[in-house]
Amino acid sequence: MPKDNGIGASLKRREDVRFLTGTGNYTDDISVHRQLYVHFLRSDVANGTINGIDTAAASAMSGVVRIFTGADFEGVGSIPCGWQVTDRHGEVMKEPAHPVLAQGKVRHVGDPIAAVVANSLEEARNAAEAIDLDIHELPAAVDMRKALEEGAPLVHDELGDNLCYDWGFVEENREAVDEAIKNAAHVTTLELVNNRLVANPMEPRVAVGDFNRATGDSTLYTTSQNPHVIRLLMGAFVLGIPEHKLRVVAPDVGGGFGTKIFHYAEEAFCTFAAKALNRPVKWTASRSEAFMSDAHGRDHVTKIELALDADNNFVALRTATLANMGAYLSTFAPSVPTWLHGTLMAGNYKTPLIYVNVKAVFTNTVPVDAYRGAGRPEATYQLERVVDKAARELGVDPVALRRQNFITEFPYATPVAVEYDTGDYNATMDTLETMIDRDGFAARRAASEAKGKLRGLGINCYIEACGIAPSNLVGQLGARAGLYESATVRVNATGGLVVMTGSHSHGQGHETVFPQVIAEMIGLDESMVEIVHGDTANSPMGMGTYGSRSLAVGGSAMVRATEKIINKTKKIAAHLMEAAEADIELKDGQFSVAGTDKSVAWGDVCLAAYVPHNYPLEDIEPGLEETAFYDPSNFTYPAGAYSCEVEVDPETGKVTIESFAAADDFGNVVNPMIVEGQVHGGLGQGIGQALLENCAYDENGQLLSASYMDYAMPRASDLPLFKVDHSNGTPCTHNPLGVKGCGEAGAIGSPPAVVNAVVDALQSAGKNVLHIDMPLTPARVWDAMNG
Amino acid sequence: MTKVTMTVNGASVSGEAAGNTLLVEFLREELRLTGTHVGCDTSQCGACSVHVDGKLVKSCTMFAAEADGTDVITIEGEAAEDGTLSTVQQAFQDHHGLQCGFCTPGMVMAATALLKENPKPSEAEVRHYLEGNICRCTGYHNIVKSIMAASGQNVEPMAAE
Ligand code: FES
Ligand code: FES
Repeated sequence: MPKDNGIGASLKRREDVRFLTGTGNYTDDISVHRQLYVHFLRSDVANGTINGIDTAAASAMSGVVRIFTGADFEGVGSIPCGWQVTDRHGEVMKEPAHPVLAQGKVRHVGDPIAAVVANSLEEARNAAEAIDLDIHELPAAVDMRKALEEGAPLVHDELGDNLCYDWGFVEENREAVDEAIKNAAHVTTLELVNNRLVANPMEPRVAVGDFNRATGDSTLYTTSQNPHVIRLLMGAFVLGIPEHKLRVVAPDVGGGFGTKIFHYAEEAFCTFAAKALNRPVKWTASRSEAFMSDAHGRDHVTKIELALDADNNFVALRTATLANMGAYLSTFAPSVPTWLHGTLMAGNYKTPLIYVNVKAVFTNTVPVDAYRGAGRPEATYQLERVVDKAARELGVDPVALRRQNFITEFPYATPVAVEYDTGDYNATMDTLETMIDRDGFAARRAASEAKGKLRGLGINCYIEACGIAPSNLVGQLGARAGLYESATVRVNATGGLVVMTGSHSHGQGHETVFPQVIAEMIGLDESMVEIVHGDTANSPMGMGTYGSRSLAVGGSAMVRATEKIINKTKKIAAHLMEAAEADIELKDGQFSVAGTDKSVAWGDVCLAAYVPHNYPLEDIEPGLEETAFYDPSNFTYPAGAYSCEVEVDPETGKVTIESFAAADDFGNVVNPMIVEGQVHGGLGQGIGQALLENCAYDENGQLLSASYMDYAMPRASDLPLFKVDHSNGTPCTHNPLGVKGCGEAGAIGSPPAVVNAVVDALQSAGKNVLHIDMPLTPARVWDAMNG
Repeated sequence: MTKVTMTVNGASVSGEAAGNTLLVEFLREELRLTGTHVGCDTSQCGACSVHVDGKLVKSCTMFAAEADGTDVITIEGEAAEDGTLSTVQQAFQDHHGLQCGFCTPGMVMAATALLKENPKPSEAEVRHYLEGNICRCTGYHNIVKSIMAASGQNVEPMAAE
């Protein structure tokens, strides 16, 4: 019987009712009395010197309150970067200043130059058009390879070149890897591009700054995945506002996918301007603005080499990547191609020697940072593509080659510094092969061929690292923050609970899932538990939601706080029943004394805590409220096997996804319905990357894909129904729930499956095509077939 | 500024709108009906979908003045007076057809219009009809499933596993 409550139940989401009835509270739905509107005048050139900004005429226009430029931000902090990477020579990365409004130079199309604050948005826009800008356009650094050449245009003149860092990992292994590759029986080499993407949560970013002159308090309402992180970064590093004078609220947020982790200039601007003008200031991004100001994702160019011995065992792996940073370092940008990418290069395999080189490059493009998967999709894509290519070169079954090299014993320390705690890669692969009726593929291919179509099957594995992360470890790796999570559990006198968590839900369903865990622990109905999040004023310092960390880290903090509550209530129950604490059992919301028929209800114990007439006041305090901070001891390692079956029309090159299956190991699962939804969404984005999406610049740094007219978002008719399975969970060994995280897997595991399938289809027609770069548009596929 | 009068969710409303005020701006700013969302500036995403005189309309493509005298239904008008969700709304909750909820009002309005035109759509027809509505969260699987379920069709075979 499926459960209807507690852990394992596909409980329907309680947050749905407000979203389905139009009563959600997204940031743009917030309007503060007397608010002003800001419109940013943004650079339309990729690189240029600002010779002058004449705002006189614009300032005199109707409704304009004030126009700000970079000069107003002299002495104000730079938008900070939260991670410092040290390169292979022991040098720290180059870290240029990132002003709130451009100072002296503009460095990408979309770089904000001036901010017009007016009584209405229309007046602000009109005045922005009247600003007289004198910008001297310079040649731009756009292509990463060219940007690293001698004499390339500089993004930041003071840095001398465009190289942010040259990272080697594990540097001590480099020579051994070179040697092993030189002596290997077979080496498969692949050069590929991980295409630049725009996260595109459907809700564009919004910021509303407010200031209370009476108290001196600032408030920022913002579309963020982590309000406390914004408070810390903006308060401490940009505006110099102590945390107790700054409140950050991230109410209902319409999707994040990473791009709403980062601290953005517009947030700092609205907070700053609200104080300067003593009026609330609101900014709502248009979609076009989002394309040129939200941090982009991916954008790696990689060469990978896989060395095998004569028995097809993987013996060494070497990869060299150019990673685009864009014009400035966004909050977590330096960590994505390094620690979130290099550490995953072992994948599911026993490869003993691995060396990863990453050169991070500044270009005159929008900053690039974490997007769903962040580093792990890039690792998985190159590894699973090169393994597939190796299988083809060697004439062996791609699944058999993978299985032969699987890690099968756990814990397993990889040569790239991480230790996988659990997993069973054969089990997910077995399930996948059953789900897709692999044996029936030949017949399906024949049927496609009879219609004049090509059919291909692509299979791959993935592993990723979630639940970021042990603070002491990431501190050594350059993180400038801890990565714990927090929860305060408040039990009311009548027994209901409120959990205040630093995790943030922007579609993941925490308001439904977190109560299921507590309901299970105490034996109450989940409706007794309420979740509060998204406001620094009412939740303890937390690091927010990204890296599929909410349940693994935030959920663990909640479990720890609830354990403290349970311990205390047992003491109270022991007192009430005049029994020894050790004999108290809690089950189904009822405390009992082992071996007797004495019992007292949860609600009565809670009431006693608040009306302590008969209460052990000499031993414990009244009240029932506990806080826990949970700092994980390791990452978690979700893994799985994915498959994609495609039809390719040889006349047009059009690829149709015929079926897609995902067999995942997420450890324990609290709400299967929500987990499946997370996988579906990840698959949608991964397939979007593989077939449709591409953020393109021309050689002058003009953004070519700046709206939904030219950036192809996956639509309903582009995607199939998905088959998903999570029955092979091997519980995580180091967090109390045994959970691993499921938010990114779909986006990580799916791109190579699609490309593997298309290559397989073309090969079936005798085409010697071994790789096509994403997105696999009809034009690219047709070119590959006919090139 | 001109005075615009229309029926919104059954009630007669009027307000001031400039000639270039979009219907979606009028709904959100003037009437404070913030359930209708804005997800793009090129009429591509469908987050702003409403019904005008019974027809599915992207409210960012229509001026408020053009809607003068019309009968507009927004997401706020879909549930019954007592709060009971409509069949489509309930199906979206039952089948997890939403995550962040931002595209959801538009999806519900589109789905409701579809089922009026075509009470038993096929999966392909549902996907085709949603051409103008983008969802970034769900991969559409559960949206399609929700709509098929709302039409009374058996969605068991579309179970995820
Ligand atoms: S806001 Fe109307 S279609 Fe996007
Ligand atoms: S539910 Fe988030 S965009 Fe559809």
